[in-house]
Amino acid sequence: MRTVNSFIGSPVQRVEDLRFLRGRGQYIDDLVRPNQLNAAILRSSVAHGRIRSIDTKAASAIPGVQRVITAKDIGPKVPTIVIRLQPLPQLEPFQQPVIAHDKVRYVGEPLAVVLAESFAIAEDALEHIAVDIEPLPAVADRAASASNKSLLFEAHGTNLAITYDVVLGNADQAFKDAPYTRREKFRVDRHAAVPMEPRGLLAEWDAAKGKLTVNGAAKVAFFNRRILAGQIGLPEDSIDMIENDVGGGFGARGEFYPEDFLIPFAARLVGRPVKWTEDRRENLLSLQHARDAECDIEIACKADGTILGLRGHTVTDMGAYVRTNGLVGPRNMVQFMNGPYHIPNIKLQSHLQFSNKTPSGTYRGPGRYETDFFRERLFDLVARDLNLDRVEFRRRNLIAKEQMPYHCPSIAPYPQVTEYDSGDYASAFARCLKEFDWAKKAELQGKLIDGRYHGIAVGCFIEGGAAGPKETAKFVIEADGSFTLSVGSSAIGQGLETVFAQIAADALEVPLDKVRVFHGSTNLLREGFGSYHSRAVVMGGSAILSTAETLRAEMRKTAAQRFGCAASDVTIAEDRVTGPAGKSMKFAELAGLSADGEFANHHHTYAYGTHAGHVAVDARTGHVELVDYVAVEDVGRIMNPLTLKGQVIGAVVQGLGGTFLENFVYDENGQLLAGSFADYLLPTASDFPVIRSFLMEEQPSPINPLGAKGAGEGGIIPVGGVIANAVASALSSLDVQPRGLPLSPSRLWDLIQAARQHASRAAE
Amino acid sequence: MKPAPLSSQFEVNGKPVKVTLSPRTTLADCLRHELRLTGTHIGCEHGVCGACTVIVNGEAVRSCLMLAVQAEGAKVTTVEGLSRDDDLTPLQAAFRKHGALQCGFCTPGMITTAHALLSEEPDCDAARVREVLSGNLCRCTGYIPIVEAVLEARAAYRKSKG
Repeated sequence: MRTVNSFIGSPVQRVEDLRFLRGRGQYIDDLVRPNQLNAAILRSSVAHGRIRSIDTKAASAIPGVQRVITAKDIGPKVPTIVIRLQPLPQLEPFQQPVIAHDKVRYVGEPLAVVLAESFAIAEDALEHIAVDIEPLPAVADRAASASNKSLLFEAHGTNLAITYDVVLGNADQAFKDAPYTRREKFRVDRHAAVPMEPRGLLAEWDAAKGKLTVNGAAKVAFFNRRILAGQIGLPEDSIDMIENDVGGGFGARGEFYPEDFLIPFAARLVGRPVKWTEDRRENLLSLQHARDAECDIEIACKADGTILGLRGHTVTDMGAYVRTNGLVGPRNMVQFMNGPYHIPNIKLQSHLQFSNKTPSGTYRGPGRYETDFFRERLFDLVARDLNLDRVEFRRRNLIAKEQMPYHCPSIAPYPQVTEYDSGDYASAFARCLKEFDWAKKAELQGKLIDGRYHGIAVGCFIEGGAAGPKETAKFVIEADGSFTLSVGSSAIGQGLETVFAQIAADALEVPLDKVRVFHGSTNLLREGFGSYHSRAVVMGGSAILSTAETLRAEMRKTAAQRFGCAASDVTIAEDRVTGPAGKSMKFAELAGLSADGEFANHHHTYAYGTHAGHVAVDARTGHVELVDYVAVEDVGRIMNPLTLKGQVIGAVVQGLGGTFLENFVYDENGQLLAGSFADYLLPTASDFPVIRSFLMEEQPSPINPLGAKGAGEGGIIPVGGVIANAVASALSSLDVQPRGLPLSPSRLWDLIQAARQHASRAAE
Repeated sequence: MKPAPLSSQFEVNGKPVKVTLSPRTTLADCLRHELRLTGTHIGCEHGVCGACTVIVNGEAVRSCLMLAVQAEGAKVTTVEGLSRDDDLTPLQAAFRKHGALQCGFCTPGMITTAHALLSEEPDCDAARVREVLSGNLCRCTGYIPIVEAVLEARAAYRKSKG
C-alpha cells in the first residue's frame, strides 16, 4: 500500500547543502570565461559635488587596460534606474543615473569603469584616472537635509522627496477627548542587509545572435531584464539573466544597481565577456542601506490603557536617490505602525528626505523593524505612566480574532488597500509568555544580581508577505521518469530548492528525489516574479500546486489514450500511472509531457507573533548580556520547520545586530566611517548564544491553497523594541529610557551617566 | 615596475602543485583563480569574515591574509580536501542535520575552522566552539545551529583520534 506523501511540514534536510558543504556551490565569482575582461569601478570619493572633468588618458595607456568607460561613452542621455515598487511619476527625477555625469551625490557613486586583462591591472588603473569635482556642501544628516541650505536636486527646490499620509478615523478629535496622551521621539540609525557574498556579474555579448547573457542575477531577474532591455535598447528576449548560487539577499542583493547596466553595456561595447566582483568596501558603500529614521509620535489612551489614537510623523533619510525599493520602508513605517494592535484613530505622516549618503532600500522587515521599536518603546512608557502591567496593556489592545480580516489603514497617495488575512494574536502572545516563563522571570525585573541589573520585556509584531501579481511554474517529465520543475521564484539562500521540491513531491505524489528544481533565471520560463516581500512559498508554492494539477490531468489523459480507458480510471503513484486491467506505464514512458501554470493573487498574508527577552546589564560598562530570548510566530502553515526555525533564529540575530552593533556612521562631509568589517560590526558566534524559536500554524491564510504565510522576515521585526524595553526594565531604578538604536555599550553608558547625574541633581 | 613573477611549490589537498604568479597574489586568489578550487570563498579580503579559511600545516589560516608564495613547502587543505564524493563527512552531515547553513557562502570557512579545532580539541565545550567560531561571520543562521553541529561532530573526531 502506498502512503500519501507528507513532505510539507516535515523537517526535510536541504538538498542544497550537499553542494554547499563540499565547496561545490557555484557563486558568481566562481565563473570564468575564455577571453574574459575584468572590470573595476572608479567611485566618487566626494559626497556632493559637480563633475568638472574625468581624464582617463593615463589609465587607458596602461598595458593590459582595454578600455575606460565614462558617462560620455554611454550616450547623450544617461539611463536611470526605475523604481520597482510603488513607483510614482513625481519621483522619477530622483532615479539614479547608471553612472554619474553632472553631479555626484554620495561617496561610492560610479564615475568610470576600467576593463583590463586582469582584476589587478583594472584596480591599479583606477588610481590613474584624474577626476576633478567641484565640492558642494554635503547633506550629511536629517537636519541638514530639512534645512534645504544645500540641495541634492536643485530643480526640485527642496530635499524632501515626498510625504506619505495615513489617516484612519479622526485622530485629532480622539486626542481632544482623551484623558491621557504622551508624545515621544525615537530614532533608528542606518544599517543594512550586508549579505556575506559580495555582488558580481559576468556579461557576454553574442553579436552574431544579438544575445546578451548576464550571470549574477538574483531576486528579481525578470524585472531587472525589463529594466536593462529598456536602458540598453534590446528586446527583452534578447537578454538572458542567469541566477547562480546566491550568498544571501535580505532585501538588498538582486535589486538593480548601476553595475547591472554598466557591466552588460561594457560587454556589448567591447564584444568580450566582462566580469566584475565587488570588494567588501564597495559592497558596504554600494549595496542599498536601510533604516535611518526618526519619529515624533503621540498616543492617546483611556485610563484603563485602551488606545484611542496615534498621531505624528516619521522622517527617513533616503540617501541620495530613490532606489528600486527605496519607498517600501518609509511606507511600511507609517502604514503598519499600529502593528497587531487595534488603534481606531490614526494620523501619521512619513517624510522622505534626501542626503548625500548611499541610497536606501529594503532590509528584512523594512520599516517594520523601525516602527515596532517606536511603538513598543512608547507602549512601555505609557504602561508605566498609567500604572498598568505591560503584559496587560498589550493584551488589552491586540486585535481580536473576531476582528479578522482586519482592514489596515491605507496610505496616500497610493490607492491600494490591504487587510490582515487571519490571526489569533492573543494565542501567540500567550504561547510566548508561557515558553518564556514570564510569570517567574517577572520577579527579576530591575533586580541587581551579582553586579548586573536584570530586565525583561515582551513585544508583538506582524509580518507582511505574498506580494502579487503572480508567480509561474513549469513541470517537464524527463526521460528517466523524474520531474523537472522550473519556477519564477528566486533562491537567495533560503532553501528554496528543498521547500519547493517538498511541495511538488506532495502535489505529484512522487518521491522527493524525483523532483529537480530550477529557479529564477529568465531562460526557464516566459515570465517570473522572484523572491521578495516573503512571497516565494505563498506565490511560487501555490503556482507549483496548480501546475502539478495540470500536469497530473495531462498524465491521466495521455495514459488513458494509450490504455484505451477514461482519464478518471487512471491513477498516479510512486513511479507509474496505472489503468484498469493491470495496465501500467512508468513515468519515463510519459517523458516530454509538460505543464505550465501560475498563481495570481493580489492579497497579502500577515504572519504574526510575539517575542520576549531577558537581559542583564552591567551599569559600569554599558554591556548588555542576552540571557534568554523567545520568538513565537504563527505562519499559517509550516512548510519545513528545520529551515523556518533557522530563518527565525538568523533573523533574530540580525535584529540583535541592528540593536547593539551595526551602524553606518557618516561624518559631516558625508564620508562613510564604517567601510570595513572592522568598523561595521556584525554579530559573531559568541555574542548571542540563547535564542529559542517556537512555530505555530493555528491560523492558515485564507488567500492561498497552501494556507501559508510569508515567514522569512518576522524574526527581525520586534527585536529592537523588545531589547530596548528589557534594558529599560533592568535599569528602571535609574530611570534609563533608551530612545535610539543601536544601543551600543558606549551609548548606554552615556544614558546611565546622564540618569545618575539627573538623579543626584534632583536629590540636591 | 611590475615585480617579476615568482614560482612556488606546495601541496594542496594531498597533491603537489607548482604555480608561477605575481608575488602579491594572495593564497585565496591563487586557490580560486589559478588552481580553480572555488570552494574557498572571499568575503572581505581583510581577514575579518573567515570565509576564506583554509588549513595550512594543520592550522586554520585566512587565505586572504597570506601570500601564495608564503605557502612554499606547506600542506594546504581546502574544503574540497575535506569532502568525499560518495557522502558527507560526519562534520558536514551534522551541519546539514542542524540547519547550520543557509546561503552557504560562509560554510567552507566554517567547515575548515571547525575541522581544525576538532582535530586538535575533540573534547572542546560550547564556549570554546563559540570562541573559535567568533572569527567567522555568518549572516544567515545566527550561529546557534552551527555551534550545535560542531558539538555533535566531536564524537567522530574522538573516534578517529582514538
